[in-house]
Amino acid sequence: MTGAEMVAAALQAEGVEVVFGYPGGTVLPIYDALFRYNVRHVLVRHEQGAAHAAEGYAQSTGKVGVCIATSGPGATNLVTGIADAFLDSVPLVAITGNVARASMGTDAFQEADITGITTPITKHNFLVRDVHDLPRILKAAFHIAATGRPGPVLIDIPKDVQNSVDDFTYPDSVHLEGYNPNLRPHMQQLIKLAALIKASNRPLLYVGGGAIRAQTSEAVRTLAEKLHAPVVMTLKGLGAFPESHPLSLGMLGMHGSYAANHAVLECDLLLALGARFDDRVTGEVASFAPNATIAQIDVDPAEIGKNKPVDLPIVADLKRAIEALLPLVEEGNLLPQRQAWVDRCRHFAERFPFAYDRTATILKPQAVIETLHRLTHGNAFVVTDVGQHQMWAAQFYPVDAPHQFITSGGLGTMGFGLPAAIGVQIAHPKAQVILITGDASLQMTMQELATVAQYDLPIKVVIINNGFLGMVRQWQELFYEKRYAHSEVVSIPDFVKLAEAFRIHGARVDSMDGLDASIEHALAIPGPAVIDAIVDPQENVLPMVPPGAPLSAMIGWWSKEEEEQEQQREAALYGGRLT
Amino acid sequence: MNRRHTLSVIVVNEPGVLGRVAGLFSRRGFNIESISVGETDNPQRSCMTIVTTGDAPTIEQLTKQLNKMVDVIKVVDLTEEPIVARELALIKVNCSPAHRAEIEALIAPFRADVVDVGRNALIIQTVGREEKVAALVELLRPYGIRELLQTGVAAMQRSGAAGPVPVDKKEAHG
Repeated sequence: MTGAEMVAAALQAEGVEVVFGYPGGTVLPIYDALFRYNVRHVLVRHEQGAAHAAEGYAQSTGKVGVCIATSGPGATNLVTGIADAFLDSVPLVAITGNVARASMGTDAFQEADITGITTPITKHNFLVRDVHDLPRILKAAFHIAATGRPGPVLIDIPKDVQNSVDDFTYPDSVHLEGYNPNLRPHMQQLIKLAALIKASNRPLLYVGGGAIRAQTSEAVRTLAEKLHAPVVMTLKGLGAFPESHPLSLGMLGMHGSYAANHAVLECDLLLALGARFDDRVTGEVASFAPNATIAQIDVDPAEIGKNKPVDLPIVADLKRAIEALLPLVEEGNLLPQRQAWVDRCRHFAERFPFAYDRTATILKPQAVIETLHRLTHGNAFVVTDVGQHQMWAAQFYPVDAPHQFITSGGLGTMGFGLPAAIGVQIAHPKAQVILITGDASLQMTMQELATVAQYDLPIKVVIINNGFLGMVRQWQELFYEKRYAHSEVVSIPDFVKLAEAFRIHGARVDSMDGLDASIEHALAIPGPAVIDAIVDPQENVLPMVPPGAPLSAMIGWWSKEEEEQEQQREAALYGGRLT
Repeated sequence: MNRRHTLSVIVVNEPGVLGRVAGLFSRRGFNIESISVGETDNPQRSCMTIVTTGDAPTIEQLTKQLNKMVDVIKVVDLTEEPIVARELALIKVNCSPAHRAEIEALIAPFRADVVDVGRNALIIQTVGREEKVAALVELLRPYGIRELLQTGVAAMQRSGAAGPVPVDKKEAHG
């Protein structure tokens, strides 16, 4: 069997349903094998799109996403997507061709050292020097990508290796001496954690994307309910716990809710579940959770105490750890102090919710997203790009299910949205997939509208069009004395005509009148649609914790006086036992 | 508090592994004072001896990041262990024929050797602990050192000791 055929056979053996890619000179043998082996392939319009589509597929299914590109520019175009997958722990296998072994290192046509380039942004990568190693490497790549803390793995296969012939037996398992993730929780540590929980009056669950990767939403919910502890989520954790649940305080961090951030400030026990104390979450890290004992469960030992010292570390698969913890803890809802804590958090959630001016005549971006939530009954897959619209989507499209909210969190990749939405829709052909994007983000990868059209993917693209790089504009307004350096998108394409050029339904909406009808129509038609929503260009994302400031410095739509009055009233109710 | 650590890192003996390990140090801002690499008795494995400086949390994060690498099999921090640590230096020093006997007498207590003799220079080879090498270099400096090469430290735990616990993936519970 040739090396190229081994790739196709391994994809089948791994149960890969679809690969995203773009052919070129040095992957022609692989493409020929994919063709002959009937491996389903989605042709993107730029290799970056292949990587993001594979990410969208992986993040919405929990399976490994696969992308393929040729050598040189094909491979380097994957880099942004691979880096995105690295920071968001997305299981991804990227397969690249390379020039023949004899030409490597000679600056041959379309040669790039892609294993060298991607070493810092992959969980691991392989350069296949001998076709004999290929079955083992393919098995290892899928194993490494999917297990422990998931991440991207790249396999670079020179063209002559693809054409070399050897016996093929796909191994059932692979032993890697240096890779053995610790999944089993340490019982003594769990017993200590149970004791901390028992002693806590104000416990808080801080849930990150790791909870979604570990497929442990059920256990998180059981734990929260059993402890009677409120839950805050990171951007990547959204959906790990239902946002409609009374114990949910929603997202924390830079644009998180007042209730979530104040719960962090006030809790006496912070239990970090698959979360990594990212700077967009903590603000000033020294003052994060100032009154709390901190326990952290993570499958990656290097995340323990990386940014913030923790009092009780547990290295384990999150699901196994929580399931082992549950029998050790007592029902918390019987404890009056827990009830008082939950009541206090709930009161803040109701008093200071995410809000905007609902009386405005101008179309507010938040109104567009709220309308989407209402008309899709909160059940759609929501994919976002990066910027203001992303934060509004996180705030105004609460989700209840894991894998439902797909966004570029760690790397913050503008242009992620459209190709990622393609991957989600391919994985879930019958599901409602909404892309919430911005006029600037969409322009980074808008050529993928051709892919949407080619495969007739019924993605509904909603552009929050404010004519600015909105988040940049917001920072310039707040921190650069309103000097709007190059943040205005001066020449915006006519997105309706653009959609029509790709034979996709396009519509524009610029006021509350017609918003419902426009979205309803887009949702009702069977194929894809683009809605260009012209919104208030001056709107800012609030609340906001200025970068590097403590969470207590958050700026909201409320006045400081209102906040202080509320704090005093609550302190009286709570009996002043907070610090 | 910053202190020097000597790490013994057992890695898979494959092309590119040194680059991966060195890259980890630079991109995460850890410093390397010296690194020496060689095959072990098992040709599938290499041993890197890395001397680095950092405070306790930095060294902990460094060992965790090293352990995360698929090519890294084992990391042992030898800093607190009884070890034999040696480096080799080659020193090319100015030496007129009139000074040759003087220099040979000077290096004798160091058990260093003259390994090359030229008209006006000698190459001296010394093997030992870093302090010894440094002391010899200082003694030779007044004659004029033309070239100095040091291999970096190779370190091995003394036999008879109980043996250090690897800073292993399985021991990472804190």
